[in-house]
Amino acid sequence: MDVLLAQTPPAEVVGSTAELWVFSIVAVIALGTGLSVVVLRNAVHAALMLVINFFAIAVLYALLEAQFLAVVQIIVYAGAIMVLFLFVLMLLGIDSETRFSTRVRGQRTAAVLLGIALVVVLVGAGAGQFLGPDAICPADGSTGQLCAGLAGPNGDGNVAGVGRLLFTTYMWPFEVTSALLVIAALGAMVLGKRRANEDVTDLPVVDEEEPGPEDDGRLRELVSAGDEEQT
Amino acid sequence: MSGVPIGWYIALSAMLFTTGLVGVLVRRSVVVMFMCIELMLNSVNLALITFSRLHGNLDGQVLSFFVIVVAAAEVTVGLALIVNMFRLLGSTDADNADRLRS
Repeated sequence: MDVLLAQTPPAEVVGSTAELWVFSIVAVIALGTGLSVVVLRNAVHAALMLVINFFAIAVLYALLEAQFLAVVQIIVYAGAIMVLFLFVLMLLGIDSETRFSTRVRGQRTAAVLLGIALVVVLVGAGAGQFLGPDAICPADGSTGQLCAGLAGPNGDGNVAGVGRLLFTTYMWPFEVTSALLVIAALGAMVLGKRRANEDVTDLPVVDEEEPGPEDDGRLRELVSAGDEEQT
Repeated sequence: MSGVPIGWYIALSAMLFTTGLVGVLVRRSVVVMFMCIELMLNSVNLALITFSRLHGNLDGQVLSFFVIVVAAAEVTVGLALIVNMFRLLGSTDADNADRLRS
């Protein structure tokens, strides 16, 4: 197969200094944009930062020999999902003057401390044993000491490998997924449908039963003036 | 041979997940909280693909594919809910959605 997508990356990229450089740059970009999503005041800016984050993660997928998912990530996340997000942001016209929740005292500090603790636990438990040089994935198809590498399963190309699994072992979940997508589309239509008795304008109805006193007076004046003209 | 040890990917995934988690805990706007949920889903996908390479089979990538599909469905329904919440309350501030509390 000479399709570009189906090719495994050249051996001199995976497991080499180039991988180290690409990983370092992309990891910094992913972390920075992820932090900006949390910190930035404007929701639209946060959404644009999230787009960059999705692209960075797509590059990481390609580095991890998952070319099919890298392309799917760009199409589905950076294409479809971010368009939905930006569409809703523009539709609602959200301006964000208040950034952080202030209802619970010390919520920000507690969240950051818990986050640091979670990073320590996750890195220690999940990544600690794979940080040494023996956990570098081999490029030439030989089994490494800790990392097996995907040279074998990706032999026919990554798309062929994933597709073979998807349509044999995971056939039933794949079909259920199609049902899930249809149900989600129906649910979004039902939720987004405007009720018949609802006002045409999108503005929220506030105190409809009690008009303000000045409005009431002006209305009464107009009505009385109309009455005087008639009589 | 110089390369990237597989643990670095897992560590990056953990940091991205925590960033999203702190965002959900800290932010007020429901839309930004939703974006942070997407961030967490992405980091879990990254971990799954890393484990797929670590173990040398493609099952993790298939699972990650399913996660992407479910995330797409979730975004559709969630954004419809957010639009409905904005129609009802006039804002997307999570602190304003306290009708059961007051």
